[in-house]
Amino acid sequence: MVDSEGDSVKQIAVERVSHVYRPARGREVLALDEVSLEIGVREFVALLGPSGCGKSTLLYLIGGFLPVEKGAIRIEGAPVRGPGPDRGIVFQHFALFPWRTVRANVRYGLEKLGLAREEQERRAQHFIEMVGLKGFEESYPSQLSGGMKQRAALARTLAVDPKMLLMDEPFGALDAQTRSLMQAELFAIWQRTPKTVLFVTHDVQEAVRLAQRVLVMSARPGKIKASVSVELDRADPHIYRSPAFAEKVDEIWNLVRDEAIKAQ
Amino acid sequence: MKYLPLLLLAIVWETVVQLGLISRDLLPSLSDVARAGWTLLREGDLWQNGAASLYRGGLGLLFAIVIGGLLGILMAWWRSVDAFLGPLVEALYPMPKSALIPVTVLWLGFGDGSKILLIFLGCMLPVTLGAYNGARSCEQVLVWSARSLGASRLRVLWDVVLPSALPELANGIRTALALTFVLLVSSELIVARSGFGYLIGFLGEGGIYDAMFAVVLVVAFLGFFADRLYQRLMDRLLAWRD
Repeated sequence: MVDSEGDSVKQIAVERVSHVYRPARGREVLALDEVSLEIGVREFVALLGPSGCGKSTLLYLIGGFLPVEKGAIRIEGAPVRGPGPDRGIVFQHFALFPWRTVRANVRYGLEKLGLAREEQERRAQHFIEMVGLKGFEESYPSQLSGGMKQRAALARTLAVDPKMLLMDEPFGALDAQTRSLMQAELFAIWQRTPKTVLFVTHDVQEAVRLAQRVLVMSARPGKIKASVSVELDRADPHIYRSPAFAEKVDEIWNLVRDEAIKAQ
Repeated sequence: MKYLPLLLLAIVWETVVQLGLISRDLLPSLSDVARAGWTLLREGDLWQNGAASLYRGGLGLLFAIVIGGLLGILMAWWRSVDAFLGPLVEALYPMPKSALIPVTVLWLGFGDGSKILLIFLGCMLPVTLGAYNGARSCEQVLVWSARSLGASRLRVLWDVVLPSALPELANGIRTALALTFVLLVSSELIVARSGFGYLIGFLGEGGIYDAMFAVVLVVAFLGFFADRLYQRLMDRLLAWRD
């Protein structure tokens, strides 16, 4: 698609991107094979696929952490050139700075923005409270549970108000209860301050629970196999028990199953 | 109490000499040593020579930490720097640093300069290796996080790579601290007109053994004290580790 101007410009456009992974030892692996996708402004999209299918690699390419070698990735029409604060990232293993307290972690991006110290503190406090970490401002990451670490990481990313959130299996390292709570909170945050979200996961239920659209990837080399719209009443606290939810999970699981088997 | 064995050793020392089990020509009694040490302290010999040693050791170590640390981090961060300096560091690391004593004297003479250079050269590599290994262990996702939060590539070096390297770097500096004492005293012992090593040699040649032992004990205590102080400092600085 050729973009003109204005509303037709997609927030994220990936065009025929291929990526070869070159390990220090061993032979090259084709991680992504001519992947194309588009994500609209404030759309919540899940990228679902078996492990090793290259979905994280795709996220890192969009984040600008890896160079785009073949194809093109555009953010609001402009080619990606390295990482930037317009694209906030949340990693599976939190990636908090261990030598900084929760407060100082959240403040990091605000320091880089060159905000006045008072404004930094005010905004940091706001986001710390938003993710429910009030009282833990002076704790170091090593003193926090997994769920709290991911809350802190989320606050750090949200504090700089990125237009896009790139999330790399953000709840994959958490226990089931914490994971479910965090899903609900992320969704609530997204409703209050809508952002474009690209959410990488291998959990079908998680994808259906959160995303407006689920992109299903094939086993390596990764391709987009299907794009499935999800229209559910997410305000419903018992969404998991609704027949519509179960149907959607079934539909997507059928698409993923073959790929998961291939990936083994 | 942890240091009870030390106290025991002191008592045994005093007793065997007082009982005449060991000749006073070989080992002066601890009380004589203490008395001689007090005299050295009062008459200012200890202060004068101590200040000279501290100056040389402190400056040499400081250069080693700053330049060695910088080198290690640059090697870890830029592959070309690593390719160039890596083999040099590897080849020079096992060299006995005291072999450099005559070399530094040849270059800079008998004064402070040669000692500072020796300590700098001798202590740099442990610091470099610590910084290098520490910076290499820096997690990719931390660098990426900082970059996506608006830090420039160069800024990441200071904000992320250096603190990541700190625990290993601290170990390297601890080794360097101990090495400083070794190199300092041995170089002063051989060629110097002041310093702890000079004082030890001077007193030894003059046959004033109780005073000589006193200086040796002072140096040993200072080394121990510096190490404890350093560890205290690091425990506080690295309190964020789990």
